Amino acid sequence: MTEQLLQLLPFAVILLGFYVLASQRLRACVEAVALQGALISCYPLLLHGFEGQALMLSGGALLLKGIVIPLMLLRAMRKLQIEREIESLIGFIPTLVVGVVVAAGAFLFADTLPLALEHHHSLVVPTALATMGCGFLLIITRRKALTQVLGYLVLENGIYIFGALISKVLPAMVEAGVLLDLLVAVFIMGIVLHQIKREFSTLDTQPLTELKE
Amino acid sequence: MLSLLIIPLPLALLALLIPSNRWRPLLLPVAGLACAALALPLVFSSQLVVGHWFSLDPLGKLVLLVVSLLFAGCGCYGFGYLRMRPERDNRVFVASMLMFLFSMLLATLSRHLGLLWVAIEATTLFSAPLIYFNRNRHSIEATWKYLLICSVGIALAMLGIFAIAYAAVNQGVPVDLQLVTLLQLGPKLSHPWLQAGFIFLLIGFGTKMGLAPMHTWKPDTYGEAPGMVGALLAGGLTSVAFLGVMRGVQVMAAAGLMQSAQRSLLILGLLSVALAAVFMVRQPDIKRLLAYSSIEHMGILAIGVGIGGAATFGAMFHLLNNAFTKGSLFLCAGNLQRAFDSKQLDQVHGAIERVPASGTLLLLGFLAITGSPPFGLFQSEFSILRGAFSLHQAGIGIALLLLLGLVFIGMAGTLLPATLGRSTAPVQKKSFGDTPLTVLPPLLLLAVILLLGLFLPEPLHRLFNGAAALLEVQP
Amino acid sequence: MNLLSLLILHSLLLLLLAPLLPGIIAKTKAFFGGRKGAPVLQLYFDLNRLRRKGMVVSPTTSWIFFVGPLLAVAVPLTASLMLPFGGLAAPVRFGGDAILFVYLFGLLRFFTASAALDTGSAFEGMGAAREVSFSCLAEPAVLLVLLLLGRLAGSFSLQQMLAPQQLAVAWPAQGVTLGLALVTLLVVVLAENARIPVDDPNTHLELTMIHEVMVLDHSGPALGLIEYGSALKLWVLGGLVVQLSLPPLLPTDLAATTLLFIAGQLLLALLIGIIESVMARLPLPRVPALLIGSGLLAAFGLILILR
Repeated sequence: MTEQLLQLLPFAVILLGFYVLASQRLRACVEAVALQGALISCYPLLLHGFEGQALMLSGGALLLKGIVIPLMLLRAMRKLQIEREIESLIGFIPTLVVGVVVAAGAFLFADTLPLALEHHHSLVVPTALATMGCGFLLIITRRKALTQVLGYLVLENGIYIFGALISKVLPAMVEAGVLLDLLVAVFIMGIVLHQIKREFSTLDTQPLTELKE
Repeated sequence: MLSLLIIPLPLALLALLIPSNRWRPLLLPVAGLACAALALPLVFSSQLVVGHWFSLDPLGKLVLLVVSLLFAGCGCYGFGYLRMRPERDNRVFVASMLMFLFSMLLATLSRHLGLLWVAIEATTLFSAPLIYFNRNRHSIEATWKYLLICSVGIALAMLGIFAIAYAAVNQGVPVDLQLVTLLQLGPKLSHPWLQAGFIFLLIGFGTKMGLAPMHTWKPDTYGEAPGMVGALLAGGLTSVAFLGVMRGVQVMAAAGLMQSAQRSLLILGLLSVALAAVFMVRQPDIKRLLAYSSIEHMGILAIGVGIGGAATFGAMFHLLNNAFTKGSLFLCAGNLQRAFDSKQLDQVHGAIERVPASGTLLLLGFLAITGSPPFGLFQSEFSILRGAFSLHQAGIGIALLLLLGLVFIGMAGTLLPATLGRSTAPVQKKSFGDTPLTVLPPLLLLAVILLLGLFLPEPLHRLFNGAAALLEVQP
Repeated sequence: MNLLSLLILHSLLLLLLAPLLPGIIAKTKAFFGGRKGAPVLQLYFDLNRLRRKGMVVSPTTSWIFFVGPLLAVAVPLTASLMLPFGGLAAPVRFGGDAILFVYLFGLLRFFTASAALDTGSAFEGMGAAREVSFSCLAEPAVLLVLLLLGRLAGSFSLQQMLAPQQLAVAWPAQGVTLGLALVTLLVVVLAENARIPVDDPNTHLELTMIHEVMVLDHSGPALGLIEYGSALKLWVLGGLVVQLSLPPLLPTDLAATTLLFIAGQLLLALLIGIIESVMARLPLPRVPALLIGSGLLAAFGLILILR
């Protein structure tokens, strides 16, 4: 059962990453990121079984990545009246093509790294790297500040997947700190979004290019 | 030792509660001086405090010394500065300053890589409101870039830490992320994972240091932040991030991968110095110029550690020198900006005539930061170069020398006309002159650098040596 | 089971059960819309009615106009012979039959488009243009999926690729890859059968139609053939999806597997009905993105197994 879920999870997580890359509707993107966050919160349980720390880590991630942060973003969307369509610097299809190439590269790269025996079939490392790649692409190619925040979240999701591998090593306090930092980061980004909107009356990051050489 | 950590927290809370905009900033010098007073005996006490989560090794002590003294200076300056800006509510600003101090102290004291990461990430979050103090289009742009780029960078650093941990898990070694454990495990760690981890760590914390090519946020942020924030970022935060990178170097050294670590540091370091030198020539904006200078000096630090041997000692010395000098320069630049209501060269001319003290200090600071004798930076850069030549890395030494020459020309081209000559722009009604609180801190910081250039006291010498020894390959 | 009885059983299964699928889809949509809806067997009634009707044929058309409807039935029937139906093996199988399978549908498309152009109607020409341009994006996706399956099976015959025994081995080892292939195939099935989100079979606005607009001029038995043919096509292409997703819960018994396959087909129709109910149709300019995206997924899957 665990084995099968571990097979299924990377598939769903990567697919959601691609979906966010290709989707034009901001709301759908936020929901996809939320779903991805909820899915990856299963990783510690799958990898380490039901035990105190894994439960805490999963619960925390589910709460923050799956519920609280997406709700914050949706609220920001409502308050700032962001247009629903996202704008991309390069087209959506090229982004998706690059995303697929990056994900494939992640799989190839992960093959070159030695893995502990018990992690051989779980595809955790390539999934983490591929998800991070998707997040990076989002940050680089999207013009809306909110989508860049989404990209940051996807990036964090990727790192979380990898972190689940070694969650035994991390003391609970540090994990709590990491999750808290993420929350505060998104919170502050939300405030900054507000200020950008107030100052430029748009959430496009295109006007944010006055500072240059 | 932990009392050091406990000071800023209640003060930050207090800052949120105090209603008076006028007296609230007084918390800054109080916190700064108290921390400095507590930190100094810790730094110079000879016994090594060892704990699992918090402790101080010479590297930590060095950064602690830098951070606490710099904050004390900036705190005093900040009190004076905020009195000149009564129109702006400073509640969040003061509280964020104190939390920023707290997270920097936490980073210097932590012996656990995870905790270190949390602390450094917290510095990003708490400094964002500081950069946005001026609340205009430019500062929001700078804040957004800073927040996004540094958050992504720091996320990569976390991946690096995870990979380092996996280097042990992979070999079936039980491990935690305590630095001590990782150092003991050293040779047992899986090399590919450790190398990948170090690269990510270097990129991540390097982003916060402002190493090229992850430096792009730096000119914007330093340019738009208030002078005292620029001073804290360029002097304190970069040192803390450097500490993060050095923790990675320690692990690499313990695993016998020092050469690969040094190679990465050298590449990024040289790139930073070269890039900064190019952008400093004909740079019309004083604060951006200083930001590029900060990139340059981060590059020099990386090169120093990258060369190894005597150069590591130089790098440790340089850390202190750079932090204090850059702090002093940013504080003076802030004074000039207020006096001329601009930071562009076409507006700022003959500062020594308008604000004699700040102008003179800026000029002296320029001489110091470019490595002119008798300032401390001359000594530290000299020992880095000596290390390069004595370790048969003459090519790097020569390249560094040439670039430093270029940097001198670039900085002189902007800072000399800004300070010397006749002040042409008409004096505005609202312009500010020198006040003791805004002049004394940069003066003292620069005086320390001057003294260190003339005479390096024995305890400091021991501290630098101790810190450098941590970064050597353990036999 | 000898070849003849296999052939008969196989074809009967297809010919008799296929018209059930559109009925189920319509019923599902009616359920979601809060309506009672037409009976599930509606298509059977319709076909019977159309059979008895006369035909109105435009004088400008030529024999091409009749080839379209004929092939609409002939092609899925031929193609189905290469596809295993659950436990029923494919009656016709040889190395590389997967390519023939794909291009039989290419042939059908060519003649449907030609028949549409033959009428000289502006609307039908527009529909033909859209159909062809979208299909040329869906085709690489199918080919990539088949390439992927062929690589996994080590053979380029559909029987080998989709044999339950083969998939039972492949799923646990290459779950991610097969999952990607499955999603791609599902998108292709929706696109090829003119379903939401690519095309809306129930639309009444010619400007937005793709597939339906091409057959506007057909009437009577010809229209019946087309309707029947599209049901067959749905069964055959859907068969790929169902066959691919059967294995994880595989009984070895042939009859049980076949029953499972039939149940899978009905479930797939249900799924399509749900998709049609909850999704809106994509704007035309976004359709290529969907098709290319699904092709990319298959390409990604292919890279995963080639590494």
